[in-house]
Amino acid sequence: MKSKANIVIIGGGVIGSAIAYNLAEKGVQDIVVLEKNYIASGSTGSCGAGIRQQWGTKMNCLLSRKSMEIFENMNEILNTRRDIELKQGGYLLLAYSKKELDQFKENIKLQHKFDIPSRLLTVKEAKEIVPQLNTTGVSGAAFCPTDGHANPFRVNQAYVEAAERKGVEFYTYTKAEDIVVKNGRIKKVVTDKGDIETNRVVNAAGGFSKEVGKMAGIDIPTKSERHEILVTEQVNSILKPMVMSFSYNIYCQQTPDGSFVMGYGDPDEPASHNIRASWQFLEEMSRKATYLLPFLKDIRVIRQWAGLYNVTPDAQPILDESDEVPGYFMAVGFSGHGFMIAPMTGILMAEMITGEKLSIDIELDLKRFDHGRLILEPSVV
Amino acid sequence: MNDDTIICRCEDITLKELRDLIKEGYTTLDEIKRALRLGMGPCRGDICLELAAREICRLTDKTMEDIKMPNNRPPLKGIKMGELAGDVDEK
Repeated sequence: MKSKANIVIIGGGVIGSAIAYNLAEKGVQDIVVLEKNYIASGSTGSCGAGIRQQWGTKMNCLLSRKSMEIFENMNEILNTRRDIELKQGGYLLLAYSKKELDQFKENIKLQHKFDIPSRLLTVKEAKEIVPQLNTTGVSGAAFCPTDGHANPFRVNQAYVEAAERKGVEFYTYTKAEDIVVKNGRIKKVVTDKGDIETNRVVNAAGGFSKEVGKMAGIDIPTKSERHEILVTEQVNSILKPMVMSFSYNIYCQQTPDGSFVMGYGDPDEPASHNIRASWQFLEEMSRKATYLLPFLKDIRVIRQWAGLYNVTPDAQPILDESDEVPGYFMAVGFSGHGFMIAPMTGILMAEMITGEKLSIDIELDLKRFDHGRLILEPSVV
Repeated sequence: MNDDTIICRCEDITLKELRDLIKEGYTTLDEIKRALRLGMGPCRGDICLELAAREICRLTDKTMEDIKMPNNRPPLKGIKMGELAGDVDEK
């Protein structure tokens, strides 16, 4: 292991790996990524694998739209060894009230400003896209045909391999334990395998962003909460888009290998690092899913698991450099949608770290939570 | 066993695919599972994970004691969603 590095990135998930790749792409040398487990072992590898652009805030729209362009060309850009399994079957969002439908209309207006090809659908039109859908109580829908799915392990690994080809070193099973700061400057990162002298650190620690903030004495207002998912056996392709509803609280998509991946958010889930699967989820998920898509009742659940959402007060990420500790960068608090905006996040963070002008004007600084000027993302499950 | 032996029957993975991946540097079951989908099918790895572990040992200097089995995810056997949702079928 190196005892000195130009930049140390903490977290070998898709965010840390995308940042490492984009930094190396700019010619930055001597980059180390620390991963306490294996690549994609945290939130990236446990996520729902969906990628959508139908958001309700400018920042999320911009980040997701630009990221989708990269996903569409990722196999070529990263020269990936294995296909990232992009499937653009669309996201069908269901509204269950006039109020929710009005929110969709607002969101679509915003999305069109950023060239996101979403549109409002009647119940009949929604049914044409998903004929098996139980439309009881549905008042309308929003649809974006270019939303979809990509394989999180493959994407993460593609970034790792592309970064390694440019000289980045990934240390897996290596845990960052402390960051030594003297007079407001970073001196070194202490790991369980030895110390690495550096004056720049990137916090890409996903569910452990707050803890990695504390290591440098920085208070990051994120909290982690468990979100559960299940996957079914593989069957022939019968469901094209992701079916999702915020009010009914569900998402369900058939992945290219034929299995269905689904989840919902428990509003009473406490802040914790618990990633145990629960029996309650298995039952409640099955009730919700078979009501909405009755054909699922004959399909078997194979496996369930849980991962962490790392949530900020406005459900938008923090992409920033600390004022108190210059050289301490944060790409944290993705609030359940880090995977889908990772490609653009990697570019922006690399620009920020190298001091270039950012290719998108972002308002995702840490200080926004002090000033109370929050723009709340309304579209989260 | 030769290269075209199927090592994971659920996901139709050959021994060659597994061996290539180990040579690439994937030497834990958790990583192999995620890269190849080995053990992610209906048998949930009951058949292939042990075989894959032996193959890692054969091609690296690891021993069976060094190899960690992936977390055992519930449910233990596939269950129809309708049954979980409480549908009763008397037929």
